Amino acid sequence: MAQPDAHVSHADHAALGEIKEHPTWSVYWKVAVILTLITAAEVWVYYIPSFVASHLFVPTLLILSALKFAIVVLFYMHLRYDHRLFRALFTGPLIIAMVTIVSLLFLFGHLAIHTH
Amino acid sequence: MANPAAALEHHGHTPTTTGLDHRKVAIWAFIGSECMLFASLISTYLIYKGRSVKGPFPHEVCSPPVCDTVMKPILNIPVTSASTFVLLVSSLAMVLALAAVENADQPKHTLGEKILGSSRLWLFMTALLGTTFLGFQAFEFTSFVHEGLTIRTNLFGSSFFTLTGFHGAHVTAGVLWLLTLLAIDIRRGLKPKDALIVDIAALYWHFVDVVWIAIFTLVYLIH
Repeated sequence: MAQPDAHVSHADHAALGEIKEHPTWSVYWKVAVILTLITAAEVWVYYIPSFVASHLFVPTLLILSALKFAIVVLFYMHLRYDHRLFRALFTGPLIIAMVTIVSLLFLFGHLAIHTH
Repeated sequence: MANPAAALEHHGHTPTTTGLDHRKVAIWAFIGSECMLFASLISTYLIYKGRSVKGPFPHEVCSPPVCDTVMKPILNIPVTSASTFVLLVSSLAMVLALAAVENADQPKHTLGEKILGSSRLWLFMTALLGTTFLGFQAFEFTSFVHEGLTIRTNLFGSSFFTLTGFHGAHVTAGVLWLLTLLAIDIRRGLKPKDALIVDIAALYWHFVDVVWIAIFTLVYLIH
């Protein structure tokens, strides 16, 4: 009968040792303001023709979008505060998803060069 | 603690190997699989959007003979920016709803504390903002159809309506989920012990939000 107790005490350790308190209301409001400002910046750069024509346009938008994505996942979805198993369950498929997008774009972009 | 009932009382869920609730592990696994689903839809859109042989096009003017008449770029950035803002605010309302449920048993003295601590208010606001987002999407789809772009018009139309339609279906499911939680809250009140079921709904809702963050940039802004 000792095994179940040991199992639960391990579970206690896993649960209590790696899960932190969720943020306060004020943190949520600050995050919302930051997300709004980033979105405003994204739309603003879209309406600057010289910036749109430059090589910085696409990387800037991708970085801003990734920043927003990360902020929502870390603070609103509490991944920064939750158990590492949840981080693994999310980041693993996310990496596969990103590799899939990049691979397909490379593959079809590459093929397009040859067909035209 | 070997007794499952005692473990349920202590942890808020039945004993598990990881010490984590199976429902929360399941929602994260589901979100992970959804990441791959939307990656495939986004990839398809990005590959096909520039390969239409006839208009309308997303960012380029379409002139005869490709189009019957001169057609302006079809994507409406101001409207979509507004709907993006609405979805971001709905995410704020959702975390406030979760925080309100987690702190439901704490005394609230001031008006501000009562407003912030009202899970019914924030669940309702989240569902309302989600419905507003769907309204923006219905407006966008209708205007596209009036301008001659349907799911059968060209490759851009097919991939665009499939991607944003799937996302809209997810938002619709989220709104129904939120309304269910709101009904439970009105009927018996959500207590801190119910925080997990709200947390799971919140995770789904925020995922829908982060997918839109990607779609807004990759589909609407980058060209």
